[in-house]
Amino acid sequence: MPALEIDRLSKSYGSLRALDALSFTVHAGEIFGFVGSNGAGKSTTMRIALGVLAADSGEVRWDGAPLGFDGRRRVGYMPEERGLYPKMKVGDQLVYLARLHGLDPAAARASMEHWTEKLGVAGRRGDEVQKLSLGNQQRVQLAAALVHDPTILVLDEPFSGLDPVAVDVMSAVLRERADAGAPVLFSSHQLDLVERLCDRVGIIRAGSMVASGTVEELRATSAPRWLVDAPTAPETWLSAAPGARVVSRAGSRTVVEVPSSPDAEQSVLRAALAAGPVHEFTRQRASLSELFRHVVSQSETPDAAPSAPPAGSPAGVTTTSAASLSKGPLA
Amino acid sequence: MSADPTSLSGWGGVRLVAGREIRQRIFAKSFIWSTVVLVVLIVAGVLVAKLIGQDTTVLRVGVTSQSQQLEEAIEATAASYGATTEVTTVTEDEGRAQVADESLDALVTGTPEAFQVVTKSDLDATLSSVFSVLAQQAALADQIRDLGGDPAAVGAAVAGASVDVVSLDPPPEVDGSQVLSGYIVGILLFISLQICGQMVAQGVVEEKTSRVVELLLATVRPWQLMAGKVLGIGAIGLLQVLVLVAAGVASATLFGLTETMKVDLGATAAWVIVWFLVGFTMYALLFAAAGALVSRQEEVGSVTTPILVLMMVPYIVGVSIAPWAPDSPYVQWLSYLPFTSPLIMPIRVALGAVPQWQIAVVLLINILIIPVLVWFAGRVYSNAVLRTGGRIRLREALRAG
Repeated sequence: MPALEIDRLSKSYGSLRALDALSFTVHAGEIFGFVGSNGAGKSTTMRIALGVLAADSGEVRWDGAPLGFDGRRRVGYMPEERGLYPKMKVGDQLVYLARLHGLDPAAARASMEHWTEKLGVAGRRGDEVQKLSLGNQQRVQLAAALVHDPTILVLDEPFSGLDPVAVDVMSAVLRERADAGAPVLFSSHQLDLVERLCDRVGIIRAGSMVASGTVEELRATSAPRWLVDAPTAPETWLSAAPGARVVSRAGSRTVVEVPSSPDAEQSVLRAALAAGPVHEFTRQRASLSELFRHVVSQSETPDAAPSAPPAGSPAGVTTTSAASLSKGPLA
Repeated sequence: MSADPTSLSGWGGVRLVAGREIRQRIFAKSFIWSTVVLVVLIVAGVLVAKLIGQDTTVLRVGVTSQSQQLEEAIEATAASYGATTEVTTVTEDEGRAQVADESLDALVTGTPEAFQVVTKSDLDATLSSVFSVLAQQAALADQIRDLGGDPAAVGAAVAGASVDVVSLDPPPEVDGSQVLSGYIVGILLFISLQICGQMVAQGVVEEKTSRVVELLLATVRPWQLMAGKVLGIGAIGLLQVLVLVAAGVASATLFGLTETMKVDLGATAAWVIVWFLVGFTMYALLFAAAGALVSRQEEVGSVTTPILVLMMVPYIVGVSIAPWAPDSPYVQWLSYLPFTSPLIMPIRVALGAVPQWQIAVVLLINILIIPVLVWFAGRVYSNAVLRTGGRIRLREALRAG
């Protein structure tokens, strides 16, 4: 199965190291969510993949071969900074971009009509882009990325500035393209959306991939959390459970992080029961936002990190950088 | 879908980019209006030339049957003053009536030896001189006859006497029509080159400001984008120049200026087009490189000013010095140098003061410089066009990459 491989990309701007041997793979038919703080290197990676920026070292491959100039014609790209001619009509603009990607005039026109229809901007074909609302400009921008029927999609924050309806349209289109066999790489700060939509997620920090895998796999990398509702227990009840740690407290409800060793949560439950009645004892499923904060804060403050990622990471999850960046207990 | 990615790797991409530039600009209001305004200005200029040409008005003189003998003398003397006369034979009464209603400037009555001139109010200055000379000749002839001489023989001897003047540095003969064509050519080229050059710079910056350049450069190479833009805008500019030259030539022909004009209309028009093409290519490349250095329209001025100054110098010298002194060293030197020659050489051509071989050599020098400019502009453009933010220094853009 062909895959878009980002292989050890490095890029520096003067003394600033924007990308540091960044590697990850997006398989055909897969939606890959690319998350990270501002300035982490998401846009730089995408711009290098599109040949708009040159990497200092490393390579971007598609189907085993370097993604060259002609190969990039088959990529649908949405730059972070939206780019369309403000004074050019929507229809003309999309036809022009399709032609630049190698479509003949008739095919370009047909494709423009198809995508404007599909993205709900068919009525604005004759209008200049600058006359459109921001949301509609965004839809045209997506149409610009899709109009040449790309085999690879690279979208930098495609969801920013979209209304909920447009988000649904965009999500459906991305899923459809992935189902049609395209690898879809997109970045976003809307982590709930990424969690819902993506097959796999990569978290980037300071130019390196800190963690990547399915959301489920990422979850497994952090220590399990349990919610305990023990109304009559004193605040110190947890001291009876070795290795457990209080994450937060709200009234009688306490969120506890337990070591990932088997049955570690049972000692927590026993400690709670020993302190009084327990009304609720449930596994907390960390959201991607929590995982993200966890991973990022961990690498940002390595010395203060209370618990390094567990040594036995589940298969398929790469936490190499997180481990190497943490100079804490493991180092 | 029918996609042939290889067809766009070379000139196919350039043609697409150029095609967009042409389609976007040719129907733009600003282009149409600037063309209309320039056509109006050129037709007006030709009209002015026509009016200046009519300055040598025809002086209408009536003679009676008695004074009819003076007809030849009047015409010959007036011609020596550079005036044209139209002499008609009338009766005295008719003549007086025609002088009164201004269909005659003067009526000559009496005999050739003792004539009077009838005019409405003041006699025309030239005619006044003409008649004074005739009166003096009549008086002279009287005296010669009294002394027993032959007035006709004396007259012939006087007419035959002349001084041979040897001019070491003959001033070039430049007539009004040439001066005016020089002006029109100079202004037309300056305005066209400047408008088109600014269009290139603004087009480059527009793509940077709107960030569309990032989308474009994912499919075409920087040189294709730059070449397409320069060629597309060049085609638009050429079209405008052709329209303007056609307007100038057509109006000059229609107003009947071609018979009296000394200017070589065909050569002037052809050279305007050639020099526009050469000048545009050179300046457009500079403007493209300059535009790539900045990211906002407000900053365009700061990078294009040096180029505009480079255009302004030959233009100002061309319209303020060249028409009066086509051989001034400033005019000559600026017409030899690259960059300034496209703006000033055509003015000299219109003034008719340049040998053909000189034009050819200067043209060749300019054309030989173009490949260097292509390299220079291509490098600066490629290195700078994707860098947004502050203004990029030229040296940095040349070095990077």
